[in-house]
Amino acid sequence: MALLEIKDLQTQFFTSAGTVKAVDGVSYTVEEGETVAVVGESGSGKSVTAMSIMRLIPWPPGKIVGGSINFDGKDLLALSEDEMREIRGRDIGMIFQEPMTSLNPVLTIGMQLTEPMIAHLNMSEEDAMAKAVKLLGMVGISEPERRLAQYPHHLSGGMRQRVVIAMALACDPKLIIADEPTTALDVTIQAQILELMKNLTRELGVAMIIITHNLGVVARYADRVNVMYAGRIIESGIASDIYHRPRHPYTLALLKSVPRMDRQRTDKLDPVDGQPPDLTKLDGGCSFRPRCRFAQDHCANSFPALEEIESGHTSACFEKDNLAKEVKEVVG
Amino acid sequence: MSDVVNARQGTRTGSSKGFDDVLVDVRNLKMYFPVTEGVFVPKVVAHVKAVNDVSFQIFRGETLGVVGESGCGKTTTGRCILQLEKPTAGEIIFYGDDITKYDSKQMIDVRKKIQVIFQDPYSSLNPRMKVGEIIAEPMKVHKIINDEAERQKRVRYLLNVCGLASAFADRYPHEMSGGQRQRVGIARALAMNPEFIICDEAVSALDVSIQAQVINLLEDLRDEFDLTYLFISHDLSVVRHICHRVAVMYLGNLVELADGDELFENPMHPYTRLLLNAVPIPDPDIEKERAHEIIKGEIPSPINPPPGCVFHPRCPSAVDGCKKDVPQLREIKPGHWVACSEV
Repeated sequence: MALLEIKDLQTQFFTSAGTVKAVDGVSYTVEEGETVAVVGESGSGKSVTAMSIMRLIPWPPGKIVGGSINFDGKDLLALSEDEMREIRGRDIGMIFQEPMTSLNPVLTIGMQLTEPMIAHLNMSEEDAMAKAVKLLGMVGISEPERRLAQYPHHLSGGMRQRVVIAMALACDPKLIIADEPTTALDVTIQAQILELMKNLTRELGVAMIIITHNLGVVARYADRVNVMYAGRIIESGIASDIYHRPRHPYTLALLKSVPRMDRQRTDKLDPVDGQPPDLTKLDGGCSFRPRCRFAQDHCANSFPALEEIESGHTSACFEKDNLAKEVKEVVG
Repeated sequence: MSDVVNARQGTRTGSSKGFDDVLVDVRNLKMYFPVTEGVFVPKVVAHVKAVNDVSFQIFRGETLGVVGESGCGKTTTGRCILQLEKPTAGEIIFYGDDITKYDSKQMIDVRKKIQVIFQDPYSSLNPRMKVGEIIAEPMKVHKIINDEAERQKRVRYLLNVCGLASAFADRYPHEMSGGQRQRVGIARALAMNPEFIICDEAVSALDVSIQAQVINLLEDLRDEFDLTYLFISHDLSVVRHICHRVAVMYLGNLVELADGDELFENPMHPYTRLLLNAVPIPDPDIEKERAHEIIKGEIPSPINPPPGCVFHPRCPSAVDGCKKDVPQLREIKPGHWVACSEV
């Protein structure tokens, strides 16, 4: 059985401008020890899905209105708040984009690092401190004993993100959710952090959901990829299928619009025309339809379901066979 | 001094194909920001060496990319060219004159020719002005077009050129998306008919699909209006796509300068090599094959940069000499300049 199984998740925000269907029927699974990427642009619902797993959607205005989230044999949506708190930080660790805001500026690194171990694992302070030193060493922070007494502002952005990773790993979680973990970092530091996360998750056998807008990061680090658009997963599969045999027009358009460092200057980009849709005004048809060059009249009638094309590769598009005929392979 | 002269002549005759008319000549630019202590009687205790002796040229019609990580001095270099910072030392030659010597009155004429597009389309547009007023403002201030009706006509033209409908003139910035706002920022820069535009992270805040639209717009405008760009960015993939030549900066120093395709295919400076290696390529098969060499350590403080070559503490090919000798920019191949003694 999968470690995490999300089924038909629906999360909505009730605002004065109308109901925003931020997540509109998302289903995916994460097996033990694997790295799954969720890619998409701003407002596609990738972060809201993650916050829904952790049940951290603020009410008002947000609410999980439907679906189920099964984690390690438990239905997370049926748990009480106290039971949920047991899971957050212990079984599921989180790494956020901005390391300065996810660390408490007035507490020492040592206190923040030991707190989850003392709270969740009933460790004594000495044991927790000893483990904290070990964790800091593991994430590549020099002089870990001295760092325990320091505050977040003493550390650089990359170092802070290492501390956040150490915190996420503190209670030996089964799953880590990393939401844009390196977006705020410089590219060389990004490479350091991602390499560290990859090595640690493999060594410790931790599963990871990595949420990002960066297609390069996904290509380098993910086993499987879910592509999101306007609150839904529109294509899902192993990385090489998604990149070389995309079967949804949005995935294809995204790949053609991203500038690549291994391409000559003279290669023109082929951008997606138009803007992403207003999530309060979805009309029941395919939400990519206004920007899609494969769109037909029938695309307005209903939203296409995710259908399997081949083993493990699904796409939500009525015209996926036409797309497959026209674009057999996207070559790097 | 002789090295610098050579550097200048070298890039002038360099392999920058088809570009030989120097538009901007930056010579030995230094920008040191004082670090002060004390509230009532501030005392200068140190300097942040944001830009440390940088020389390069920008040719008419080309797009010169300046890449590097946070704090490498790329934005400060751009701000010095605009005279938004008063450089500590060095010259910036524009139309034969050193504009660092200009007073604010003399700068008015220069500012008509040099425009800037900023990163954040949310903070670079006045939220209380309508889009039409924002674009018309520079024409009013510089008295380019004095007739209101003519000005409005040009506003509509500029909006259309930047891919926006004329009706956007009556909207406020908050009614627009990030990509549309960036188009307004571009229209405003074009209002003065400039020759030279500094794009400071101009597409970095945009989503991929919108970013590609704006990149294509910038390229089309370059061809249509014979523009020269200084394209400052941390995103190497975007730079590869849009720039003719690329300069790599590290900790206030220019470490490598070459034609774009040459730099990306044949990087010579160890920092450039590691920087390019760190950028993931959106293709899982290529990524599987690539050797990932991770740069160690972090960028040192620009207040106390390492002696000798500033990159030596993190450099895999550093030798003892790198700790004391400052490497000069040398022309290794025609048009390919590298500041490393071990190349």
